[in-house]
Order: sequence, then structure tokens, then C-alpha cells
Amino acid sequence: MESKNMSQRPIQFWFRGRLTEVRDVSPQRTVLQWLREDIHATGSKEGCGEGDCGACTVVIGSRDDSARGGVRLEAVNSCIQLLPTLDGKALFTVEDLARADQLHPLQQAMVETHASQCGFCTPGFVMSLWADYESRDAAPTRDEIAGCLSGNLCRCTGYRPIIDAAQQAWQQPACKMDRQPLRATLDTLAAMPALDYQSHGQRFIAPRSIAELARHCEAMPQARLLAGSTDIGLWVTKQLRQLGDIIYLGALEELKAIVRQDDCTEIGAGASLSSAFSALTQDEPHWQELAQRFASLPVRNAGTLGGNVANGSPIGDSMPGLIALGTQIVLQKGEQLRSMALEDFYLAYQKTALAPGEFVRALRIPRAVPGRLFRSWKVSKRQDQDISAVCAGFALTLGDAGRITSARLAFGGMAATPRRASAAEAALLGQPFELRSVEAAMAALDTDFQPLDDMRASAAYRLMVARNLLRRLWLEHSNNAPLRIAEVSA
Amino acid sequence: MSVGQSIQHDSAKLHVSGRATYIDDLPAPADCLHAAFGLASCAHGRILSMDLAPVLESPGVITALTARDIPAHNDCGPIVHDDPILADGLVQFMGQPIFLVVARSHEEARQAARCARVEYEALPAILDIPAAIAAESWLMPPVQVAKGDAAAALAAAPHRLQGHATLGGQEHFYLENQIALALPREQSSLHVHCSTQHPTEMQHGIAHMLGWAAHQISVECRRMGGAFGGKESQSAQVACAAALAAWKTGRAVKLRLDRNDDMCITGKRHDFAYEWEVGFDDRGQLQGLAITLASRCGFSTDLSGPVNDRAIFHLDNCYYLDALAVRSLRCRTHTVSNTAFRGFGGPQGIFAIEYLLDDIARHLGLDPLDVRRANFYGLPGNESCTMTHYGMSVQDNVAPALVDELAADCDYAARREAIACFNATSPILKHGIALTPVKFGISFTATHYNQAGAQVCVYADGSVLITHGGTEMGQGLHTKVAQIVAQELGLPMERVRLSATDTSRVPNTSATAASSGTDLNGQAALDAARKIRKRLASFFCLRHGLKPGKVEFTLDGVRAGEVREDFASLVAAAYRARIQLWDSGFYATPKIHYDAGSLQGRPFFYFAYGACCAEVVIDTLTGESRVLRADILHDAGRSINPALDIGQIEGGFMQGMGWLTSEELVFRKDGWLATHAPSTYKIPAVSDCPPVLNVKLYDNANTENSIHKSKAVGEPPLMHGFAVFFALRDAACAAAGRAVALQAPATPEAILRAIGELP
Repeated sequence: MESKNMSQRPIQFWFRGRLTEVRDVSPQRTVLQWLREDIHATGSKEGCGEGDCGACTVVIGSRDDSARGGVRLEAVNSCIQLLPTLDGKALFTVEDLARADQLHPLQQAMVETHASQCGFCTPGFVMSLWADYESRDAAPTRDEIAGCLSGNLCRCTGYRPIIDAAQQAWQQPACKMDRQPLRATLDTLAAMPALDYQSHGQRFIAPRSIAELARHCEAMPQARLLAGSTDIGLWVTKQLRQLGDIIYLGALEELKAIVRQDDCTEIGAGASLSSAFSALTQDEPHWQELAQRFASLPVRNAGTLGGNVANGSPIGDSMPGLIALGTQIVLQKGEQLRSMALEDFYLAYQKTALAPGEFVRALRIPRAVPGRLFRSWKVSKRQDQDISAVCAGFALTLGDAGRITSARLAFGGMAATPRRASAAEAALLGQPFELRSVEAAMAALDTDFQPLDDMRASAAYRLMVARNLLRRLWLEHSNNAPLRIAEVSA
Repeated sequence: MSVGQSIQHDSAKLHVSGRATYIDDLPAPADCLHAAFGLASCAHGRILSMDLAPVLESPGVITALTARDIPAHNDCGPIVHDDPILADGLVQFMGQPIFLVVARSHEEARQAARCARVEYEALPAILDIPAAIAAESWLMPPVQVAKGDAAAALAAAPHRLQGHATLGGQEHFYLENQIALALPREQSSLHVHCSTQHPTEMQHGIAHMLGWAAHQISVECRRMGGAFGGKESQSAQVACAAALAAWKTGRAVKLRLDRNDDMCITGKRHDFAYEWEVGFDDRGQLQGLAITLASRCGFSTDLSGPVNDRAIFHLDNCYYLDALAVRSLRCRTHTVSNTAFRGFGGPQGIFAIEYLLDDIARHLGLDPLDVRRANFYGLPGNESCTMTHYGMSVQDNVAPALVDELAADCDYAARREAIACFNATSPILKHGIALTPVKFGISFTATHYNQAGAQVCVYADGSVLITHGGTEMGQGLHTKVAQIVAQELGLPMERVRLSATDTSRVPNTSATAASSGTDLNGQAALDAARKIRKRLASFFCLRHGLKPGKVEFTLDGVRAGEVREDFASLVAAAYRARIQLWDSGFYATPKIHYDAGSLQGRPFFYFAYGACCAEVVIDTLTGESRVLRADILHDAGRSINPALDIGQIEGGFMQGMGWLTSEELVFRKDGWLATHAPSTYKIPAVSDCPPVLNVKLYDNANTENSIHKSKAVGEPPLMHGFAVFFALRDAACAAAGRAVALQAPATPEAILRAIGELP
């Protein structure tokens, strides 16, 4: 019935220094469940089961010719990763680091700086730091460490000794993993037929080409499309949902492509948030602040930009900026492609224009042009890994006379979908970029949005902050006084 | 010698390599079953019907248990018997456990727990403090404490201010959720592994539930993945439920709470509301204070009595109050039963006086630090002003000197000026600074809890195993106790090991709480080690033909004058000579007493002190804030382990900061906790660690005869987070250009509201 080149084979991945095969587990078993319950490898801990605390952090290795030894190592949350997504990859856990009683330099530094107290979060910290350690040649800065650990919570130490350990580890002789045998195995795995795994009445297909994906989507329109599982993972661990058949996008290199064209950057729907933000920031440095605060590093490593956009959450943090920039979303069904403005993709609360059997193929983001002023900001209770109360994306084009020739203002957290602020845009369009017009736009936001009260913020706060972010846009353009709390010191 | 050294945590190497075993890591028997609670979806109501047929039909389910399956007492309350293990007919908070599913796997149990069909008759629910006050819904009668004539002092004071404030609760957010593994043993007995600060209470709770004698139950805990007070009484429901299921099925049963369930089911720090009237002079010196403290206790008594008592005891913080009238309201609400949390009400008491002193300073246009200083106990000229409102004289006061040292070290005065200059030219960002002291009473206020036991075993090869009644939750208690014993016996640390805490090894233990773990258990272990040492010393003299005299136990062996012998060799010989090589030790804190009715006496053995200066910046557009620098000077007495103590200080500071900034508990109108997961409840993350964080120990040997003259350090540093809160208020006042109120936690929204940007 299905094409013959998809074989019934086990899930195969590199683990504990060799190729491991797993059969007969449910396709929606998480990596952490498999580790802790099935093979009793209990070093990785469950703290929250939703990818927010990092106690379960493991490192995933995948083929990447641009990385050292041809292998990219990234920290992810094993509590929300489904086991079959490991197929063709490598899995490293805290148990992999020490050799007998010889601790890894990072572990040794953690011991010496008294960086563990209760110790429950510690394996996760070690793994986040290890992925970072493997990826660099010199000690990280404090900011780099904070970025690396943005997905790890510690309730005991207050973090200072952990930050110290991350630097102190570099005072010891380097201890880097030999990636050659690993890469060779990953190459072997890459030559295997695409995974079509069935167990417990569920099917998990991991197509390797977009054409295959399109066929599966049409043949199985009810199947769940899975990419980074940073949201769908919670359907499993928190809502205890049965996902049914799953089409996994993570084995599709074609869908991860990021192509820079003259007028736009096309980001494949399967590109990770980390790669996508890296490409976006290269073209438009003002993505940086949002990119840093978008979820956490493990979530950005696992999650995809296409997933964030397709999920359609009103509090997805990429969409305000993307909409402001005039991003087009490209959809595919069968061999048919269509595209639309991203804001038109969202029809209502968690309802998108995606037709049955259709999938998000790519996003086309217009490139920077002279005169375009872009910012995207999120506001939340905490700097690291939080969900926005308000997220804003602004793109203004200033003409010769200092007049605003185009204004695109988009917000998350203000309505049932990510949305443009049309009244505020109208208040700016054609006006000189000055306080009076900005204040008019700020006032117009009241007609654009009637936000909700919830546990993140009240409606009044959301409206006030949305207005004030417009003011900040003006102030950044016109003022030299410090505006960002991240930029001042004692 | 080991005491006073920054020795690494005894489990550090295990922590970093993933080899430290927590209860869920223990190999369970192959036929181990897994349990999950079914939760009520009603804040207050009668259960009209509960159909568990769909639960029993769910895959993998072995059985489902209700209150009716409990053979003796359906109660796990630590003091008053009003805490049902499974709600019996009456639901008293949203998420209250109403039944227990037992299944083959954790996932199957969780899945089945959601399948029950339950009908409720909803009853009116009182959810918060204002509603409880309006309805006079008290969990226990209001308590009043008075010193002097507050009304007269207020009437005579040159200045008077009325004020009010609110202070949010706090989720413990230990990284390891509540868990217990119950193993049936022969002869009607159970061994229970439980992540708990209080194994003895678990033992008694399970025995009480089953109608068994205590000697049929043993409870063991090697380590917890964090606790912070949340595993003192709150672990009992989980321990009892696992034990019940194990008893019913005759098989091992593990109950591990999912994070969301844990956050909904278990109690938190009490949130408080305050109203006061305060009288003071031109320098801000307090003349009289009348204050009402109201706390949300939740549906059951739990530890709310002593928590609120401790709030009263700590109302003075470091300040002399001549005339005080306190009224303490303990509100019963249809919410989860609030409980112990690092500080145990003390922080909520201290918050009130710090807030009103800040008010006074802003009213008078004075530096808040000057007003704080003007009110310290026993100032020059007022040396006799040492009496607290509970009848205990403050005799070990170092707050004035400690604050002076910190203020000088961190350059407080110059930085306050620099901040004023910055703020004058920065319209959007505003800096703020505050320096706040803490004085914290050490001892359980329940006097009988201030006892501990230990057992020290010297084996015939000279290696040592210690067991004591305290539990390890990350604070390094086992490391400190090992240091104390190693020093006493002259041994290197690697010859001394700690075993798991187990009620069958040391009985009748107290909770590891009230910062007292090392004070109590360290003394008990020392007592045991001294008994052994004494016998070994006599034997040494006998064996070497010496007159009884001074024998030293050093890292270089046991010696008297020129005669020396290896500890191991001496021990081997002592064994052959039939000398007892192990012993038990006991300790009861001296001097303490107080009357629980009048709250008068000496509840505390001594006080621990400290101070913190924090500088912050706020963004007046969004209300977001950041701590730029914190300087802490803390009195850990003569520290047994400076590195571990600094770890407690930094961790406590950050936890206090989180409580007062980003950690917000939001209950929906129907009583559901909306912030029941780390996605919505935000404890400090790595970038919240101040870029400049200077922490120093204040050199100050305990004036009381505490273990090696050290001081307890678990709870007091939490109050250093207050400096962050009052620095934020300082910045908010700078932004508003006037004195403004700030509610805690100071979320971005609270800060915008404070500066008048929001209604």
C-alpha cells in the first residue's frame, strides 16, 4: 500500500558508544520515559514534564557538515522528545560524560565550585554546558553561559557557582569527544530507508523528501505532523492524549533549507528556531533581542520556526516580527504550492488556513532595505524562558522627508491570534515620524485590541505595554538616554 | 581539621555524574505498582456521586481506593486531625485528592485518574484573604500580642501614618516532586522510601492511618531533590497514599506526583495582608505600632498556627518596639492548605516592619537606611532597649555593626547619590537601591522539637558510618555532620560516611526544618562520637601503659605525648578487647521555653543576623526590572563549612528575590491555580543572577554554646531578597517622583501600577 522503500525497521540511533535498536515501544513514548523506565538509566531527571525546567536535558547529535567532526551537538529536553525522533541521530546523557571515576572537566569544575546542592537539576545543567563546551574553543562569557543555561532551573544555588564552573572548566586540559566513529555511524544510518515504525496501533513515519511528505499528508490527512514536539510533547505528557499516526518532519533535510534570495530569505518549515533566528539575525540584527528571549536554548534547538507559525498560538513569539516584516507563508498540498501573507493565515483562535492534507512548506521573509526600521520585543515576568504578556513586531519605512511610507505593527498576546494593529498603522502612515504621530498611534491601539486578563497580565497592562513599546520605538530612534535594562550596570 | 573547611558536598560527585539516587531512581520490585490521585474539580462542595467504573475499566488499572478504604484514620494533619488523605464527601479546595488509582504503570495510573465521573453540589467558596475577613472565616481564633500601650504611644507620637500592604504566597518548586515508594514487608510491616524532611512524622502518619503501631512502619530518605519546607508536612499525603495502596494490594506501590498535580495539591507559603498605624518621631524612631496581619491558611490547620506565630515573633526584625499591639488573623479559605516554607512565617513578619519603616522614611524625606538604623535594638544611649514583644531579651545583637560594615563595603552612600544623578537624567530607566538587615530567631517554636538523636558506628576496620535524624535536601547537612564527627575522631573525611535517614536507625526525630538541622543533629552526632572517643582514649592509655590523661585524635593518628597509633589499629585492638565501638548521641537545646498561649518566653536559643544591599533598574515603559548588584554580609557564626554556608546564603537570597519579583501565584475565580507549572510560575532563572554578587561571612562566633559556635543558615538569608524589593520600590518612587506603594511580588505589572501607569 505504502511505498516499499519505507521498511519496517526498528528505531536506530547511537547511544553509549554504539548503534542501538529499539522495537516495540509506543511511538509516543518520550525519550525520558525510555531512559528512566525502560532501560533504567536514571541520571536524567523529570522535573516538570513540559520542557520548562531542564532537569531532563540530554544532548542530541546529528549530521552537520558545517560542525566540528561533521556532527552537531545540541541540548534538548528529553521529557518532551518522542523516542522515534532519535532515529538516525545520537543520544548522550549525563552518564556518558565521566569515564569510571574520572569526571569530565565540567563535572569536576561543578564539584569544585560547589555548584550542586540538592543535585536534582545538576545532570541537566551538566548536559547543557557539555553541548556548549563541545561547540566552542574558548571559555564562554557570562552572557554566553546565561544563554546556554536559559532552559535550566535551579532552586538551590542561585546559579552563581554554576556560572563560575562553566568558566573554570576551561582551566583544565580540553576534553573533547572524538566524533569520527559517531559520524561514520550516522552516515550508515542516513543510508537506511526512511523510518516507518509501527507499534501499539500507531504509526510513525519519517519521510526523507518533500515529495514523500506531500504524498503521506494527502494519504493520511488525519495524521499528526510533528516537528520539534516542544508543544505536541505536552499533549502527551500533560494532556495524556493519543496522537494517532504521526508524520515526523525532523528527518527531512530538504525542509530545513534556508535560502537567501535577493528579495527574501526563505526558511524551510523544518528549520530549527536556532537556525532560523541565526539566519534572520544575520539579515536584520534587531531580531537578536527577541531571539535570545524566545523560549530557551533547548526549545529553540528542538522547535522549528514552521512549527511556531503553524501552531498559531496567540502568544507565539516569532509571528509579530514576521508579520511586521511582511512575511509570506508558503503552503503545500500534493504538488500544489500556494502562499499568503502570514497575518491572513490566522483565521481565529488556534484556527489557521491550513487545509486537510496541506502542510507549511516555508516562510519567505523580505530582506532588509535601507530606510526600514525594525524591532521585535517581548515583555514577560521573567527574562529567560517565559511566555509573553505582550510581544510586538514593528517595521516602519521612512521616506526622504522623514515621513512614514509604510507601517506594519503586529502584536501577540493582544488578541485571539497574532494580529496587525491597523488603526495604529493608519495613524502613522504618511505622517512624519515624531512624537505626535506616535502618540496618535498609541491611542489608536485602544481600537485595535481588547486583550484578555489572565495569569500573565491584565488587559490594562497589555494595552499599556503595547502603547509603551511604540513609544520605545520612537525613543530609540530619537533619544540617547538608556532604554534597555539589559544595557545598564550598577 | 575538617570543621571550618569548605569541604565539598558529600554527594557532589554523584550529583554531577547522575549517580546520586533519588527515590524514583531506586530499582523498584518488578511487580511494583504505580498510583495517581484523582483530583476534585470543585473548590468547595459535597460529592453527590463518584462513579469509578470508568477508572477501573481504564487500561492497566488494578484498583481504585477512596476514603472508605482507609482502615483507621483518614487524616495526615501534623498537629490537628483535619487533613483528609482522600476527601470524604466534602471537597475543600480545587484539586483536592478524592480517590487513588493503582495501575501497572505511572502513565496508566495518571490516565485512569482522569476518567472518574463525579457530581458535586457546589457550596460557597471563600478563596482569598479579603473574602475570609469579610466572612470572619478563621481557621483558628485571632491572636493578639501587646507590649506597652500602643494606643497611647500612637496618640502621643509627633507623626502618624496609616498603611497597608499585600504580600504574595510562594510555591516551593523543589525540582523533585513529591514521591513515596512503599514496600510491604513480612509480619504486617511496611518500609517506605519517601522524599521528606520529616521521616518520623511520615511513620506516625502511616501508622495512624492504618491503625498500626509505629514499630510496624519504617521510613527512609537518603536525599531529596529540594524541599524548602514543602516536604515537612506536605509529604504525608503522598506517603500515606502509597502506603495505603501497598497495604491494600500487598505489592510495592510508587506514588510520584506530576509537576502540575504537585503544584495544585500541595501547600505553599502563606500570602499575607497587612494594615497598620504607626507613630514615630522626626528621625523616624518608632513610638507605637498597631498592626493586623492576616494570612491565607487554606482549608486545614497544617502548620498555620506556628507559621503565624513566627510571623508575630519576627515583626520586630532588628528593631526595638516600645509599644506594640499585634492582631493576627488566620484565615480559613477553600484553597490548598498553606504550609512551611523557608522562614516559616518569619519573612512575612519582617516584611511588614521593613515596609512600614520604608514608608516612614519616604514620609519624612529621609534615607530608609537611616530610619532603619535609628530603630535598632540597644543603640548607644538606649542600651537597655533589648526586650522583644515576646519577652526575650536580644543579647547577641550585631545588626548595627554588621550593617555599618556592609554599608561601608558596598559604598552605599556614594552609590545612592550616583543613582540620584542617574535618575535625574534618565527619563525611562530608573535605578533604585536598598539596604535591609535581618535578625532571625533560631529554634523550633515548638520547644519539644528541639531534640535530636544520632548513631555513630566505628567499624572494626576504623571506618565510620553516621546516622542521625536529620534529612539531606541539598543544604549539606550530612557533609557538616561528617565534618564534625571526622574532627572529633581525628579522621580524614573519606573515612566517614553518612547513611540514609531511617526511622529504624534513629527514632523520634524532628523535622529537618527551622534551620536547625546542623545545630541539633551535629550536636547529637558529636555526643555519640565523644562517647566513643572517651572509651578509645581510656583504652589507648591502658594499652600503652599511660596514666589516664589527655589523648588527642588527630589526622596524624591517636596520640598522647610521644606515643601515637593509627586510629584503625587502635580500633582493631579495641574490638578484640571488647570495647564498644559505636554509640548513640542525643541533644536537647538548652535555655528555651515559652508559653504558647501568651507567646511569651524565650522561644529562640539565639539569633542569626545578616544584611543585603541591592541595586536595581526598572523600565518604566514595561515595568520590567533587573538586579544589577547585590552585596550580602551574613552571620553564620563560626562557620562549619564556609562554602556550603555561602551556597545557602546565595540560594536563599535568590529564592527570596524570586518570591518578591517574578513568582506570582494566580488563582482563577473558580479556585483553580492558574500558575500550576513552570510555564506560568516563574522562579528566578540564570540571567536573574545579579551580574555583581558579593557574598561575605560576618566573623562572629555564636555567644551561645552552639555546635562549634556556628549559627544556623538555612532560612535567614531568604530575607536578603527584601533588599531587592525595597530597591524596586525606591526606583518606583524615583519614577513617580513621590512615595508610592508597591505590592509583592513586584511583577512588571505591579511596578507599572506602582508608578501610576495603570489603574
